[in-house]
Amino acid sequence: MKLILTEEEQFLKDTATNFANERSPINHFRALRDSNDPILWDKDLWHEMSKLGWPGIMIPEEFGGSNFGLSGICVVLQECAKTLTPSPLFATGVLGAYSINTYGTQDQKEMYLPAIVNGELTTSLAVDEASHHNPFQTEFNAKKQNDNFILSGKKTFVIDGASSDLIIVLARTSGSKGDSTGLTLFVVDADQDGINKIKLDMADSRNYANITFDNVTVSSDSILGDLETAGETIDDILDIGRIAISAEMLGNAEAAFDTTLDYLKQRKQFGVLIGSFQALQHRAAEMFCEIELTKSSVMAAMRAADERSNDLQRLSSLAKTVSGETLHLVSNEAIQMHGGIGVTDEYDIGFFLKRARVAEQIFGSSKFHTERYANLSGF
Amino acid sequence: MTDLNKFREDTKKWLDKNCPPSMRNGADPKIPVDEVWGGRNAVYKNPESKIWLERMGEKGWTMPTVPKEYGGGGLTKDEVKILNEEMFFIGAKQPLLSFGIWMLAPVLLEYGTEEQKKLHIPKIIKGEIRWCQGYSEPGSGSDLASLSTKAEDIGESFLVNGQKVWTSYADKADWIFALVRTGPKEPKHDGISFLLIDMASKGVSTKPITLISGKSPFCETFFDNVEVPKENLIGELNAGWTIAKKLLQHERAFISNFGLAAGMGSKRDVVSIAKKHLGEEDGKIKNTFYRSEISSHKIKEHAFGLTLKRAGDEGGKASATASMFKLYGTEHNKKRHELMVAASGVNGVAWDGDEFEDSDKNLTRAWLRTKGNSIEGGTSEVQLNVISKRVLGLPSQ
Repeated sequence: MKLILTEEEQFLKDTATNFANERSPINHFRALRDSNDPILWDKDLWHEMSKLGWPGIMIPEEFGGSNFGLSGICVVLQECAKTLTPSPLFATGVLGAYSINTYGTQDQKEMYLPAIVNGELTTSLAVDEASHHNPFQTEFNAKKQNDNFILSGKKTFVIDGASSDLIIVLARTSGSKGDSTGLTLFVVDADQDGINKIKLDMADSRNYANITFDNVTVSSDSILGDLETAGETIDDILDIGRIAISAEMLGNAEAAFDTTLDYLKQRKQFGVLIGSFQALQHRAAEMFCEIELTKSSVMAAMRAADERSNDLQRLSSLAKTVSGETLHLVSNEAIQMHGGIGVTDEYDIGFFLKRARVAEQIFGSSKFHTERYANLSGF
Repeated sequence: MTDLNKFREDTKKWLDKNCPPSMRNGADPKIPVDEVWGGRNAVYKNPESKIWLERMGEKGWTMPTVPKEYGGGGLTKDEVKILNEEMFFIGAKQPLLSFGIWMLAPVLLEYGTEEQKKLHIPKIIKGEIRWCQGYSEPGSGSDLASLSTKAEDIGESFLVNGQKVWTSYADKADWIFALVRTGPKEPKHDGISFLLIDMASKGVSTKPITLISGKSPFCETFFDNVEVPKENLIGELNAGWTIAKKLLQHERAFISNFGLAAGMGSKRDVVSIAKKHLGEEDGKIKNTFYRSEISSHKIKEHAFGLTLKRAGDEGGKASATASMFKLYGTEHNKKRHELMVAASGVNGVAWDGDEFEDSDKNLTRAWLRTKGNSIEGGTSEVQLNVISKRVLGLPSQ
């Protein structure tokens, strides 16, 4: 497992850096936030991303993708996160593409993957039902009726849930809340009768929804993977998602830090640059080190995912914890070091703080993953 | 068979034949363990420690990448990896601990003359000469460049007068590599030279310093009209600061690796200590407050280990990373010891006597020793200064 980028990954990264800087600088995000756009990402921009092949990075060539794996999409997500680029790349290109490609039937793959590749189909993954991430607490019910299942219940904080065409939903087919068994994943058309999407207004101004299912009938063909095996498969899908969101959070932290470092080199007080104060220098140096540790953690985790390492789960929790704590630190320090303008809406740095706190919650906080790391390490 | 496969086969065979039984996995625990530093006055409790050092020294495998002409192994990076792996598989002990290997030899290779390299490096590799480091002085700690031990030009040789402090194992070393002031009128960084001094020279004396741990790994070293031949000057006159800084990078890299290796390979493990003293339930540390703190710490050490690996994979972008590794390696080592002491309860602060196990008493001493880690070789604050200025380009006041 080499912790350096391959030539192809470096190429993807450079392309993504240019794209983010030219096509979606931070004012692109600001404009979306200030608009009344219900989706909060830009369809034309997504079309451009699709032309670059990004939604298909994790999809095999036979379905039109480029098969660069999680590592490939992580470097793109990291770069796009530096300008806070909103897009369906995470929910569709990572969560949707990975779940269907890894656990779908040949029919499901043929039906969905090519549509994901060309940007026509977006997906969401509906897991949680309460304020804290915990997939095994699922109560969302799927009752078998002849050849069909009847889905009922409510899912919360579904990423891209306000607009996705397809919902991959975690449901309980037996047992009770808290059991890791008796869980099944279903792929459901979001337009079906009985599905109600309630758009959420979150601090980071991105696309989320609570989704209710009121006796929605789906056929057994919509099961993703096998019946009642989702206890394991959901954890695997989530681990891939956790690593990808960690890469995004790393990009957020890098950008917030670079912006802050520039400010320390420009802002004068008491007749000198504030960056000459040791009280700020040491804190900046610590942030630099934490970001370096985060880079290594994210890279080790994405490599573990692509190599299907036995240590994948632990490295996923490691990456989510480390990126969470680093971004937490950097987003706070960035505001403080900017002083007064740091708390104005006019200045961009506050966007990183808001994004940070939401991203920290996605698929488990640092606390959740610190506990999981201990469980997986045998203490 | 590729060359590397053949090298692996040969290495395996050689180790099998030459690594003595008490120097590898499955050693009889009754045989005393030596901390082998070599040198003229080395004493061995276990004769196999000496045999192992001699055999590895002869192969040049205590410094495997150094060219054979200087007594090294002349191996490629890939071969060294194989050697390390094969040694790891049989649990082979490191044959030699040496400041010569970790610090002096790398700068001799870079700055020494051909004669100096051929004279000193083979003896370092074979463990025949034990070196110590003469950097700090009573008045020059973090501000090392203010050092005042002077070396006057008296024709054939230098006349050295002054005092060094924090000299590790000066009382046991054969030679010292020292920073001395040769240009009293130059700006402070431009009047320093890098000099090698035989500790057996007339006028050199040492005095051990007792630390808070009760141990004395460091000494004060005094130079009273010591004559040092001019051929012992490394590099140009008054150009010693560049060499000094380079050597500090090697030292920092070593200290940070040492912290990590100590944590991973040590019998002292925070998890087992916590399970022993705080109890265990379903394989988990019973007390959830300690458990979460330990897990947070383990995660940080894991991320740090991955960063060392990444730096290796990138081919080591030296100076920036050396400061970071020194800072984190030592701070993590301190934190780990604090956690072990806390998890041990009162046993973690046991000092002496028969009421406590050796492991408890040793932990107390080890914990106290770690307090020096973030001071020696450049304090944590100095490392943060280096990162701020050289890596981040933040302005000076």
